[in-house]
Amino acid sequence: MDRQDVLLETTDLARHYPLTRGLLRIRSGSLRAVDGVSLKVRRGETLGLVGESGCGKSTLARCVLGLERPTSGRVLFKGREVGEWERKDRCRRMQMIFQDPYSSLNPRKKIGAMVGEPLRIHGLGARRERRAKVAETLGLVGLDPEHAGRYPHEFSGGQRQRAAIARALVLEPELLVCDEPVSALDVSVRAQVLNLLDDLQERFGLTYLFISHDLSVIGHISDRVAVMYLGRVVELARSEEIFKAPLHPYTEALLSAVPVPDPERAARPVRLTGDLPSPSAPPPGCPFHPRCKKALDVCRTTPPELKSVGERGLVSCWLY
Amino acid sequence: MSRPGVARPSAFRRHGLLWLGALLVGTMSLAAIFAPLLSSFDPTAINVDAMLRPPSAAHWLGTDALGRDVLSRILHGGRVSLWVGFVAVGISTGIGLVLGLVAGYCGRLADEVIMRGVDVMLCFPSFFLILAVIAFLEPSLLNIMIVIGLTSWMGVARLVRAETLTLRERDFVLAARVAGAGPARIVFSHILPNALAPVLVSATLGVAGAILIESSLSFLGLGVQPPEPSWGNMLMEGKEVLEIAPWLSLFPGLAILLTVLGYNLLGESLRDLLDPRLKQ
Repeated sequence: MDRQDVLLETTDLARHYPLTRGLLRIRSGSLRAVDGVSLKVRRGETLGLVGESGCGKSTLARCVLGLERPTSGRVLFKGREVGEWERKDRCRRMQMIFQDPYSSLNPRKKIGAMVGEPLRIHGLGARRERRAKVAETLGLVGLDPEHAGRYPHEFSGGQRQRAAIARALVLEPELLVCDEPVSALDVSVRAQVLNLLDDLQERFGLTYLFISHDLSVIGHISDRVAVMYLGRVVELARSEEIFKAPLHPYTEALLSAVPVPDPERAARPVRLTGDLPSPSAPPPGCPFHPRCKKALDVCRTTPPELKSVGERGLVSCWLY
Repeated sequence: MSRPGVARPSAFRRHGLLWLGALLVGTMSLAAIFAPLLSSFDPTAINVDAMLRPPSAAHWLGTDALGRDVLSRILHGGRVSLWVGFVAVGISTGIGLVLGLVAGYCGRLADEVIMRGVDVMLCFPSFFLILAVIAFLEPSLLNIMIVIGLTSWMGVARLVRAETLTLRERDFVLAARVAGAGPARIVFSHILPNALAPVLVSATLGVAGAILIESSLSFLGLGVQPPEPSWGNMLMEGKEVLEIAPWLSLFPGLAILLTVLGYNLLGESLRDLLDPRLKQ
């Protein structure tokens, strides 16, 4: 399975932000947004990345896209360090969809100009060819090519997100990083956009790195799921496995918070107490132990390694 | 989206001050542009037979101590005022835009240097700075415009910097970077167009300020030199004979008042109109 074509690989990726104090900007510590993440994304699959806000999901995405330079560790895209790619080459092969379609579209640009901008940046095609490509791409995402002449404020949230997807697709990338692409949308529109992403993946063999805080969304779209907590991956397994039998106590708690539309089944959420610890002062040992019901003595002192549990996947917990 | 049955206030009711401002500005601008056609006398022609005449059918706004027609002089003086206003604001807005964009986009060092420069410029009482500079230079119209422009860009720079700092963090700028856009495209195609609305407002208000400064300089004799008419030097000439010929001071003063009022009303209403936080 691991012999399959790996499109994206991070090894021990870390991104720390320096914290400074006072007028002289004396370094007083660092905020560990991403703290040693190793992941592999295979061509054509969807890797879901789930975790509560502030766990470093978006920072990871920015590092993958080359928008941030990692503090340490590597990001390999098609076997080559992301930072070594020529900017335009890299941009043609990986694109991003943002969370909020109200802020990810320039309010002063018409939809057509916006979708066509990547083509202009990369000098692809003459004006007429670009216009045809824009119309085709708008059609792909379920928008009327006539809409090219409209401004973003004339669209609904779902339509805006479709336009944003068109912008990401127009360069025909291989990897799409989706950072909470449906979190800002109405529940009724979510399914449509998720289905659209599914269809597009099937049609073009796209690879998704799909970030969300919502396990039900992740479960719908992902082949494999990585659960992040405080900048680290605590569990990684096939989507069905995670939902059937979560191993890590944190995954368990996340899962129990997903509402199940079954009145017969009583909701028994495993409640998490306390807040997410600050990533600038992570607790010693396992970062989850202050909130963990099953914490052992060893959890308080020594951080667990991410290790494989049979064929099932990887988990970082002293219980296994 | 009009709802039937609900009476909507008319355009004038909703934007009354905007229209009033636009009307004043428009009238004054047209009068200045067409001054040679509108005035029936040469603004510098001396007529010793008609000195200090009060307003009459021949001289609508009277004549001055040298028998020159006040209306013609006000019309021609308006050209000076508006010309100074526009050129000075053009200079200050240009400088402010460039420095504001650089300070906001090009990182911490550029930001610190430029903003401390702004602080230094703001330390000087600008009118006295202008007075001092003009006293050294020849008080020509060009020098006045340049000096006013060079001493009034700080507000625009701060405004543009603040807009740039917020816009550069917006997702659509990030999206442009992800698409491969370089810094020039991001600044000119994504940030600048979204930062222009407040600049427009400040430029409109700036015209009023520049006109006032030019009038003040001319009033003090450091601006437009007689016999060339300007509203400021007409006021200065009028004050000598204020008791016997008040119209010499009244009408240029009114011209300044209405023009500055017009630009201020226009600017303030544009600010209300363009500021999304004040909508609805």
